[in-house]
Amino acid sequence: MSTLKRLFTRLLNVTTRSRSDERLREEMDSHIAAQTEENISAGMTPEQARRYARLKFGSVEAVREGYHAEKGLPFLETLLLDVRYALRVLRKSPAFTVVALITLMLGIGANVVVFGVLNAVLLHPLDVSDPQNLYQMRHKQWAMGRLLTTSYPAFEDLRRRNTTFSGMAGIYGYSHGGLSWRNAEMRVSGDEVTGNYFDLLGVQPQIGRFFHIADEHGPDSAPYVVLSDALWRSRFHGDRDVVGATVELNKHPFTVIGVASAQFHGTEKFRWPDYWIPMVNERQVEAGDYLHSRTSITVTVIGRLKPGMMPQQATDDLNAIAAQLAKEYPETDDGQQLRLIHPGLIGDEGDVIRGFLYGVTVLALLVLAAACANLATLFAARAADRSRELALRVALGSSRRRLVRQLLTEAVMVSLMGGAAGLGSAYTLLGVLNRSSPFAGSLTVSVDARVYLVGLTLTLGSALLFGLVPARQVWQSSPVQMMKSGPVDSLRRFALRDLLLGVQVAICTLLVTASLVAVRGMVRVLHVPLGFQPQGAMLAEMDLSQVEQTGDEALEKKKAMIEALRSIPGVTAAGTVSRTPMTGGMHGIPIYRPGTAEFKLKNSVLAPYVFTMSPGYLDAARTRLLSGRDVSWQDTARTPYVAIVNETFARKMWGETPAIGQRFVIGGKLTEVVGLAEDGKYHDMQEPSQPVVYLPLLQSDDNEGVFVVRSRLAPNEMAAALERTLSGIEPNVPITVQSWSDSLAGELFPARAATVALGVMGLLAAMLAVTGIFGMAAYNVSRRMKELGIRVALGARKTQVMSAAVGRPMVLLGVGSVLGLLAGIFASRLLGQIVYQANPRDPVVVGGVVLTMTLLGIAASAIPARRALAVDPSKLMREE
Amino acid sequence: MKQKRDVQQGTLALMVLKTLDVLGPLHGYGIARRIEQISGDLLSVNQGTLYPLLLRLEQEGAIQSEWGPSESNRRARFYRMTRAGHKLLEAEKRDWEQTAAIIARFFEVKAVEVKAQDLA
Repeated sequence: MSTLKRLFTRLLNVTTRSRSDERLREEMDSHIAAQTEENISAGMTPEQARRYARLKFGSVEAVREGYHAEKGLPFLETLLLDVRYALRVLRKSPAFTVVALITLMLGIGANVVVFGVLNAVLLHPLDVSDPQNLYQMRHKQWAMGRLLTTSYPAFEDLRRRNTTFSGMAGIYGYSHGGLSWRNAEMRVSGDEVTGNYFDLLGVQPQIGRFFHIADEHGPDSAPYVVLSDALWRSRFHGDRDVVGATVELNKHPFTVIGVASAQFHGTEKFRWPDYWIPMVNERQVEAGDYLHSRTSITVTVIGRLKPGMMPQQATDDLNAIAAQLAKEYPETDDGQQLRLIHPGLIGDEGDVIRGFLYGVTVLALLVLAAACANLATLFAARAADRSRELALRVALGSSRRRLVRQLLTEAVMVSLMGGAAGLGSAYTLLGVLNRSSPFAGSLTVSVDARVYLVGLTLTLGSALLFGLVPARQVWQSSPVQMMKSGPVDSLRRFALRDLLLGVQVAICTLLVTASLVAVRGMVRVLHVPLGFQPQGAMLAEMDLSQVEQTGDEALEKKKAMIEALRSIPGVTAAGTVSRTPMTGGMHGIPIYRPGTAEFKLKNSVLAPYVFTMSPGYLDAARTRLLSGRDVSWQDTARTPYVAIVNETFARKMWGETPAIGQRFVIGGKLTEVVGLAEDGKYHDMQEPSQPVVYLPLLQSDDNEGVFVVRSRLAPNEMAAALERTLSGIEPNVPITVQSWSDSLAGELFPARAATVALGVMGLLAAMLAVTGIFGMAAYNVSRRMKELGIRVALGARKTQVMSAAVGRPMVLLGVGSVLGLLAGIFASRLLGQIVYQANPRDPVVVGGVVLTMTLLGIAASAIPARRALAVDPSKLMREE
Repeated sequence: MKQKRDVQQGTLALMVLKTLDVLGPLHGYGIARRIEQISGDLLSVNQGTLYPLLLRLEQEGAIQSEWGPSESNRRARFYRMTRAGHKLLEAEKRDWEQTAAIIARFFEVKAVEVKAQDLA
């Protein structure tokens, strides 16, 4: 209590700087006067009495110092003094201060941004209760989509038979449709979930309620919908009365029963559902019934382990059940092995994302390390320049500890300011990134306490790193030596500064290598043959599922639309396809050889992607037809089933034998190959060549489709023409039109993000290398001006002067670059995490790095070298 | 001449408080003189310790101070105990007595007794 009170009084005294010197002086005077009186009364002469009184009192200064130490907080006061002095010193050399601040700002800012993303994506668990105990089941190999686990009946079997899970819920995450409310229609996508979903996750609604198992009583019994916070705010204006209201989802009435909290976004971090509906009501939203089909692999299974269960036990349990199911349902269940992962990062993409983010974090830390090495060099050089001042202070009685404290205070001041600037810019940048939402999906990166803490740690850590170098220098120096000869440490053969510059150059070379590798990778990705040409083509999507019409009518209308589109002036080709490549969709449809007796999954020969298309699509997409013919409007349900396959399909099925005229069974129909199309990319850029089947529109019941129109017109003109034409034929149906290139931007996002991230870091590294080399060379030259002058006066040749002036930085540049390049080659595994097909041994990359570093070296040392060559000995000699 | 000893660290506060407790308000010189007198001039009070200590006690609220006329009608700063000061004195006194008692026991104990206790 009293200590606390005292601390406050002292703090107050420090802050108000109240000076009660007066009081102490008076008190001391009265003390001495009293002593004098007593001495006089003891028989001394007044003079003697005063003298003895003073002697007895002792040193007035000592009393005063002790008094002050008690009065204020000496530690704080010295700190304030140091800070004030540091600010003055920094203000005196603004160029140095600005360079130091910018260096730190960039280094720390880059790290904070990277950590912010890492924090949001990896470190933040899903906002559900006990996220560590939440697992998602994945197949060992079978790539049925990135998320899907099994069929609904198999899910029910897993749920009922397992002994290791305390609960299991199913999700169908690709639900989408038209939501109408008060005559407004909007396109939404969401999750269809089992009744126990919310209870399993342990989440609470912000208003209303969630649905539970008790709400379900058989098919279509629970027409309830839970809205996401985002949808509720954007489309329902945050209206609390919406609970209880009825909305229509794909023309079926659903009652809004609740709104999820703003933090809950389902179980995927990159794909936030707009709504949740009970799976029992799926038929009202989906085209078909997947609840009773063992062949529709539509359910993502999540579950929680019983207390004390290990994931391995659960996996064994699940696999035993899968094996049982394969025996009981040999036609449909293939007994695929299952394994457990934590949900959130698009299934197995988690590993890729994790590797990428950790890789980028390592590189960002390297940038900061280079920045610190740079600053350490700068600070050490400054300390050397100030050695006279420092020596003087030591000679005047300042303790070494005090000097080191002063230098460290300066370093901490610089790093705090730089760190604050870095945090500020990172905050702004993350804000911009969040708003422009380049993150696939809707992830927001928030700057939370953890990010601030990391920023502060990095700031103070770097202050120690670059502040200790000059401090060590001062600690070891002797004032006599410093006063006598001035700064002389450059005579040493190998200084710590050289090592720092070498390290810095090596790190920078590594980063430049990384960014060149990334750029090369990006260029390669952009030139991967896609098997179609997005440039110059437009996509138009019409939701015809709501229009009441029979299958034949719909097909006729579609045909008419394609004809109308083709007749727009400037259009060269038009067609429809069920889904354009790289937008997900149907894949893994089993194919059988003709004559297969049992259509079991394990008898299938291939599981290709399947696209349904109209005549003209291949032309509009610029997918080359290598042989055979395109499908035509004459290929109908009444003529033999035909298909076009791609090269990989043909090679895998029939090897070298020509594919045209061959037959296979798909969907129970014997189908003849009439055309061979070129290979391409269908799911993502990285996939190896995949087998593909194109089926004619008129022979399939799949009526969904995207119009692909190729034209010579500009995209905006084309968009208007498309909309006009299509709504002329089918009015009152929402149409979305965009250029194909735009719609693919998301697919290129990872490669772009990597290139931008590494490019920026490479640029930062290059800047650091330039400032580092420039700083060292310029410093060298300015320190050795006199010596250079003497050399010139004695007849040194220009090359000799040059090598004396910038030789050492150049040697360091060379050694550092070689080391950095070697490190880059050995770090190819790290780079491989970040960039697709990273190859630092690529001669173009190596050449590029060597060229870059040479150019940087020339750029950085040009000015110091010119100054060295322009030395005028006579002028220099006269100066001192 | 007798060799004077400086006041032991940590005991000066106790002496100051006790002096003020017994004699009532006093100025710095008075306190110093009084302590020296009581010690039979065996102790010498260092002013470099006394005045900072007075300030500290005042900041802790154990004493209060104000200007007043001294015996010879000079202006002097008088220190007076507060209620908190009395409490502090009590506590310090108990502490000190305890310490003293413990130390005293160490001097009284004889080797035979320690052994006897060990064996018992």
